[in-house]
This record gives sequence, structure tokens and C-alpha cells, in this order.
Amino acid sequence: MDYDIVIGMEIHAELATKSKIFCSCSTEFGAEENTHACPVCLGLPGVLPVINEKVVEYAARAGLALNCEIANFSKMDRKNYFYPDLPKAYQTSQFDLPICTGGTVEIDVDGETKPIGITRIHIEEDAGKLLHESADGTLVDTNRCGVPLIEIVTEPDITSAEEAKIFAEKIRNTLEYTGVSDCKMEEGSIRFDVNLSVKPKGSDTLGTRTEMKNLNSFRALERAIQYEARRQITELKKGHPIIQETRKWDDTKGVSSSLRSKEEAHDYRYFPEPDLVPIVLTDEQIQKFRDELPELPEQKRARYIKEYNLPEYDAGVLTSSKDTARFFEETVALIDKPKAVSNWLMVEIPPHLKEAEITINELPFEPKDLAELIAMIEDGTISGKIAKKVLTEMFKGEKAPKAIVEEKGWAQMSDASELEGIIEKIVEENPKSVADIASGNEKAYGFLTGQVMKATKGQANPKLANEIIRKKVKEKIG
Amino acid sequence: MSEIITKSVKELNKALSDGELSSSEITQAFVDKIKEDDDTYEVFLTKTLDEALNEAKAFDEKGQAPRTIVDGLPYVLKDNIVTKDIRTTAASKILDNFIPPYDASVYEDLNEDGAILLGKVNMDEFAMGSSTENSAYRKTKNPWDLTRVPGGSSGGSAAAVSAHLAPFALGSDTGGSIRQPAAYTGVVGVKPTYGLVSRYGLIAFASSLDQIGTFTNTVEDAALILSRIAKNDKKDSTSFSGTYPDFIKDLEAPLTGRTIAVVPAFEEGLQDEIRDSLKEAIDVYKDLGAEIVEVDFKLLEQALSAYYMIASAEASSNLARYDGVRYGVRAQDYDGLVDMYVKTRTEGFGPEVKRRIMLGTYALSSGYYDAFYKKAMQIRTLVVNEYDKIFKKADLLLTPTTATTAFKFGERSDPIEMYLSDLYTIPANISGIPALSMPAGLDKNGLPIGLQLSGPALSEGLLFNAAHAYEKVTGNEKLER
Repeated sequence: MDYDIVIGMEIHAELATKSKIFCSCSTEFGAEENTHACPVCLGLPGVLPVINEKVVEYAARAGLALNCEIANFSKMDRKNYFYPDLPKAYQTSQFDLPICTGGTVEIDVDGETKPIGITRIHIEEDAGKLLHESADGTLVDTNRCGVPLIEIVTEPDITSAEEAKIFAEKIRNTLEYTGVSDCKMEEGSIRFDVNLSVKPKGSDTLGTRTEMKNLNSFRALERAIQYEARRQITELKKGHPIIQETRKWDDTKGVSSSLRSKEEAHDYRYFPEPDLVPIVLTDEQIQKFRDELPELPEQKRARYIKEYNLPEYDAGVLTSSKDTARFFEETVALIDKPKAVSNWLMVEIPPHLKEAEITINELPFEPKDLAELIAMIEDGTISGKIAKKVLTEMFKGEKAPKAIVEEKGWAQMSDASELEGIIEKIVEENPKSVADIASGNEKAYGFLTGQVMKATKGQANPKLANEIIRKKVKEKIG
Repeated sequence: MSEIITKSVKELNKALSDGELSSSEITQAFVDKIKEDDDTYEVFLTKTLDEALNEAKAFDEKGQAPRTIVDGLPYVLKDNIVTKDIRTTAASKILDNFIPPYDASVYEDLNEDGAILLGKVNMDEFAMGSSTENSAYRKTKNPWDLTRVPGGSSGGSAAAVSAHLAPFALGSDTGGSIRQPAAYTGVVGVKPTYGLVSRYGLIAFASSLDQIGTFTNTVEDAALILSRIAKNDKKDSTSFSGTYPDFIKDLEAPLTGRTIAVVPAFEEGLQDEIRDSLKEAIDVYKDLGAEIVEVDFKLLEQALSAYYMIASAEASSNLARYDGVRYGVRAQDYDGLVDMYVKTRTEGFGPEVKRRIMLGTYALSSGYYDAFYKKAMQIRTLVVNEYDKIFKKADLLLTPTTATTAFKFGERSDPIEMYLSDLYTIPANISGIPALSMPAGLDKNGLPIGLQLSGPALSEGLLFNAAHAYEKVTGNEKLER
């Protein structure tokens, strides 16, 4: 029997606000333990929260970018549970009246567009971090306590690991584009939870689902789903029931294991947070957030296709990251060769980035340098092949392309008189090729060109060299 | 010298301004009284007497007239208002060693105003109780009869002002915790409109009901002190952000044309002398030119039930932070995290606090939420509506503060019986409106009786006006000891 996979996701993203959700402590990552913590973060007796208005604005912006309805009236609630990383013993979150509801995101799967429903987006605070490897036992770092998060909850519209990955990437790009979150995976500023069940193909009845929490890379997301779907199908084929439970994904071992069952699940005893007043947004405020939204990846992609005449594939790759798109646009503004710029950004630059383990933001050169490099190819100063060598030099970060070419003496030989001497000699030394051409075998021109390139160490301007070869051969044949 | 301690805040301020008394003389008089009587009344949990005398000296050395009504004058705080570097326990063992690193907004304001703290006073643990018997530390006595409770939860604040250990005190009122002890000890107790005084730094019991207020010997003192502490606070989202009314300017206004509502049904079940006091007060107000209208208040008992659901639900969440992880007392011997939680909370909390945590946890639990918490919130709306109807017909509502005068230690051992002590005070917290208790004579045992005036939100000025008028006619019997 074949099975359908049914997946709903919950995505937690850290908002890019400077201060925390309920106090003025910094949200900066990587500070010394417990230095970004005040009485409010520590949940000391008597403290009260005051909501950071930027948090509300960022959450609304995320909702607008994901085509949600933004509530005029929403409220915060308390989610109660004991854990040492949660100083108040409740997380301030949103329960029945979240700030955003009912959105859709379209993803491209195998050339088809598929809508994924967004059930809701709500605001909540992050918890602290436990440090287990201390001589003093387990310690608590409260720097993360009160860092603002949004949780994006989808409908169970996702049907494969691939779709989940495409969707997750799309969410990340959108949040990054809107400036809502910097989505740094390595800092845990975006995390994925997966609810997964399987059912016999075409059946209307959903199977029992399991939940996997805190997947923190696209790879982990994809692999965890593949593993869990396979596991559930195998269990069902053996006639075993699926147990509703939370499972923990071990990315190193590539397996998941049971963390806790439904029976052990928390009763969070949600109730309205009495220390905060409801969040009220007027239609005018919401419209203002909408007007201020930057160009989103989809809009940008459509514009690249139309404005720069780029293939869909190129437009998709370039707009998949806000920073790549920015680099592209800044370069094209200096040299009007969109396809060439696209090729360099898509094909030549990425391997270097990977090798240097840097992002496009950390490139040792600027858009004007890439523009200069492309301009040198266009005007014949260097060949495409040389240009790649120049790029390698550019990654060393010391010189601009022109200076590199000059210093290395990589400019093409475009002096006709100098080339004529070299070519005359080659034509003399290769009578067979000349004879071949005379008998109608044009391919022999290629051989002669190759000889010229060899003699000039690849620096001959190929177009000019060709012209001169033809001229000299014709003179020879007469 | 002994006459210093019976003066009102207004009189003390005048004596300071006129140079008749120094801050040191005043403060010393109260310090002496505390040293003499605190062992008898058991009011203080933490004393700051030396610091107080130093501050008084510093005030005198400046040689300037008081800048505010409380400048250079001593006072006490209920021990659930946090004070930087001064131990704050909320009368709980679990906070036995807690020294706050920050100030409550109201304490910060009084510091700026120049008020001098004499210490932190007793209360029911986490403000849960009506007799101060639930303190983990001391049993505060009613200064009028040492075999009786001072009421609660702000029993220490009430006893301090009643016994003249301080000219004024701050307390907190979640269901009557200022008004009921004020009635039992013969002082003026005010629970302002919810949001009028910042809760920042008030150790939370039930966030949507808690409100800081005053204990004073006169109505005018209450108006003067509330004027200092009622202000918007950016650190409290529920703080009132509109225009704050002037509580003093209409203090002497005539009551002619004012309507005062009374609820005839409330007379049932009252102690005889309290019923008589209420009738006398009605006559006083008639004589002052006010019109008395009779109204219904059908939700009294439902309000009490709703209160114990809402307050306990919020408390179960507010008190979850006392887990032994970051501050306060941690159990000595434990085996792992959960055992540490259980032992810390079992040893740290008293029986009434545990009872309410369990009640509140139950009320919020999955499957019970709708029947308990949600239903209670619906009743809350109905109570608000009930008051709206009354205040369409009348400017103020006059009721007893309590059904009886102060009871004896151990007399109300049944929790439900104890909860009924707050029957008449709870509805004002449920709806957020202001209410005060004013002394209204003594019963046959010589124990104080309190009457309660309540009004619509922000009507404190009118409450003070009416209470002050009553006080002027009837006088105010003070404890002479």
C-alpha cells in the first residue's frame, strides 16, 4: 500500500529588535552569561512587563508579508510550566487571539505552484539557556529570556520533505527581506517544529501524528521528515499503531527517538496575561505597515525577469537571498549586463564563498569591483578565462581587478602589429593546416588559433587573433 | 512628646513647616513608640530605625521647609512592596533571605518626596488572608484588643497606624486587604481605582485585582498621600495614563444634591452595632443634604466565588516563580530538579498559600477552565455592569466594610468562614472601582466599626469629600493607649 505524508510546521523566528520584548535589555547574541538580564528578565518578585512596540510592528509585518489578516485586537496569554530556564515559570505568549491569522505562501515544487496555508502567527518570548557542562552543575544563562519571537503555524498542507524544505527556505527569505528577523540559523534565530502523520493514499482520515521540535537547519528538517515518514510507514506496515508523542531528532546519528507521550504532555493552563493590556492596532496603523513593506522575493523575481530579461531560473536564484539580490542590483546599476552579472554571482562566486566559509555580505570586494571585472571582459582587456583567475585574486582581498590585471600582466594582446609577427610565424610553421583550409577544412583554423593562444600564453585577444589568422592564411593560399 | 505620635500627617507637616518640630523629634517619637510597643503588637518584620533617624537628621541639617506633604515624615510599608537593599519577604518563608536589587515605583516616589521609612510590616503570607494570622513570622495584634486580629492581609500596616507606630502606612488591597483591617483597627483605609497607583515592585498576588493604597488617621491625610503616589508609571502597562483628578480641591464641598446609594439587603447578617452605625450614617448624610436611594446588589455572593477563582488562578501563576532556582530559599536536601521544586515549595509556602495555588491550578486546568475561570470572568463582567447601573442612579455607594468587628485569634479556622470576611469589599476589586473604609464608632466591646464608601472609577475626590464630611460630623474615636 502507498501512503500520503501529511505535515504541518511551526516555525520560531527571533525578531530583529534591538531590545527584548518586555524590558530594555539588549537582544545581542553571544554576550557573557547573565549580562543582558535585569529584574524583569529574572522574573524577580514584583516586576511587570511592558511590551516593546517594535515587536508588535515586526510581527504584523511578518503577517502582511505572508498574506495574513492582522488583528485589530489581540492579547497576550500566560503559558504555565516549570523549567529552570523560565524564570517566571510561565512563558508570555498568545493563545486564542494571535496577532495574525489566515495567510498563504506559494511555493514552487517541480515547476508547479502550491499554496501552503498559514494558520496563525503569534508573538512570544524566548526562554533562557541551560549550561550543563559546568563544574557547579547545571547553570542558567538568562540572556535569551525575553528575546522576542514569532511562531508561524501552518496548515497540514505539506506532503514531503522537499516541500517542507522549500517552504522553510521561503519563510526564511521572506522574514529576512522584511527585516523582521535576521534568520541566522547558526545562532538559532530560526527553528522548525514538524508535525507529521501518514495515511493510506487518497484516504480522508488523518493518521496519528508525532511532533519533532527545534530542527535548526534545512538539512536536519529534510532528513528528520524523511526518517519519520519512513518510520511511521514501516510501523503501520508491521501492523503497529503510531503513538502520539514528541520525538527528538538526533542529527548526528540521523535517527529520532521518543521524548514524551501525549499522556506526559504538559497542561499549560493558558489564561490572559493580566499584567499587559490588549494589543490594539487600528486599520490606519496596519495600512502603514503594509505601505512600508519592502519588495518581497516574489515581486523581486518577477521584476528581474521583466526588467533585466533574466531567465526564471536566474531570477529565482538571485532573489533567494536578500543579500545576493542587493549585490546583483548594485552591480547592474554600474554595468548594464544583467545576464553576465547573474552568471558571475550564480556560477563563479559561490564556490569561492564556500571555500572561504563566508557569506556574500563578507566578500572582500564590492559590487563596483565585480562591475569593473565584467567591463574588462566586455572591452576585450581580458578573456573570460583570465577573468576567473582575476576573481581568485580578488578573493585575496587586496586589489581591484584592474590593478590585478596590470600587476600580473594579464591584459590581452590587442596590439595588431605584435600579434601579426607571431601569427605569421605560426602560419609558416604549419603548412599542413594551411593546405587543409585550402581544401575546404575550416576546422584547421581552430588548430591555428590554439597555437596562437599557446604562444601568447592565452593573452591574445581571440577576436583579433582570428581576424589576423584568416588574413595571413588567405595571403598564403593566394 | 507623646502628643507627636497622635498627630495627623497634615499636622506634622505644619509643625515641620512652622519649625515647631524637627524631623528628628518626630521620627524619634515614633522610633521610641516602636521600641516600646512592637513587642506587644508584633507589627514589624524588618525595622530601619537607625537609617530613619539618620535621614531625619539629614533633613533637619538642610534647614529647609518640607517640599512635599510627606517630606521629613516617617511611615511604614507592607512587606510585599520591594525596597532595594532592604529585606522583603511578603511574610513568606520562601523569601526569608530576599534582598531586592530594585525599588518599587511607589517607594521610589516616596523617597523622592522625602518620606522616611521606619520599616517593613507584617501581613498575611503573599497577602492571602483576612487576619494576618497567615504570616510565616508573627501574629500581629489588634491594638484595640490584643486577643483579636488586626484583620488582613495588611494587618501590620493597619495596626501600625492605629497604634501610632507610624503616621501613615501603605498596604495593598486585592479583595479588601486595606479596607477590612482599617475597619478592624479604626483607621481610614483607601483602595484606589485599579491602575491609579503603580504596581511595579508590588509582589503580585492577583495582578488584575491588586492595588496599593493608604492607611491614615484622617480622611484628609489619605487624600494628601494618595495625591503623591497616584501617577502614571511607564513600567506598569496597567497604569492609568489619562489625566489624574485632584483629590483635595473638593474635600470641603457641600454634599447638597449628591445621591448616595444604600443596599437594604446588606443589613441582613450584620452585627447589630454595625447595622446601627450604617443607619446613623444614612441620617448624617441626609442632614448634610445628600439624597439617599435604595438599590439592589444581587451579585454579592457570586462576586465572592468569582473572586476566589480569579485571584487563585492568577496567584497560581504569579507564585510559580518561587521555585528555589534563582532567589529565595531552596530546600536543603533533594534528589534532582523536580524533587527540589517540590521540597522547596512544600517547605517554603504556608497552608493558605498552598490551598490557593492548588485551587487556582485546578481552575485553570484543561477541562475545568470553562466551568471555573471563564465562568468567573463572566461574573466579573456582570459585577461591572451591576455597579454601572448603581452609579447611574447615585454618585456613591454606602455599605458596611465588614459584617462584624475584629474577631479573636483562631476564631475563623474554616477557610470559607474566613473568606466571608471580605464579602462587602471584594466587589470593588472585581470591578476596579475605588473604595474606602472610614471609622464609624465602636461596638459594645469597644471595637472599631468601619463603613465603606465606593464610587465609579476615578471618583476618589468625591469619596474623600463624603468621608471627610462624615468624619467632621461624627469625630473619629482614636485609640488611647
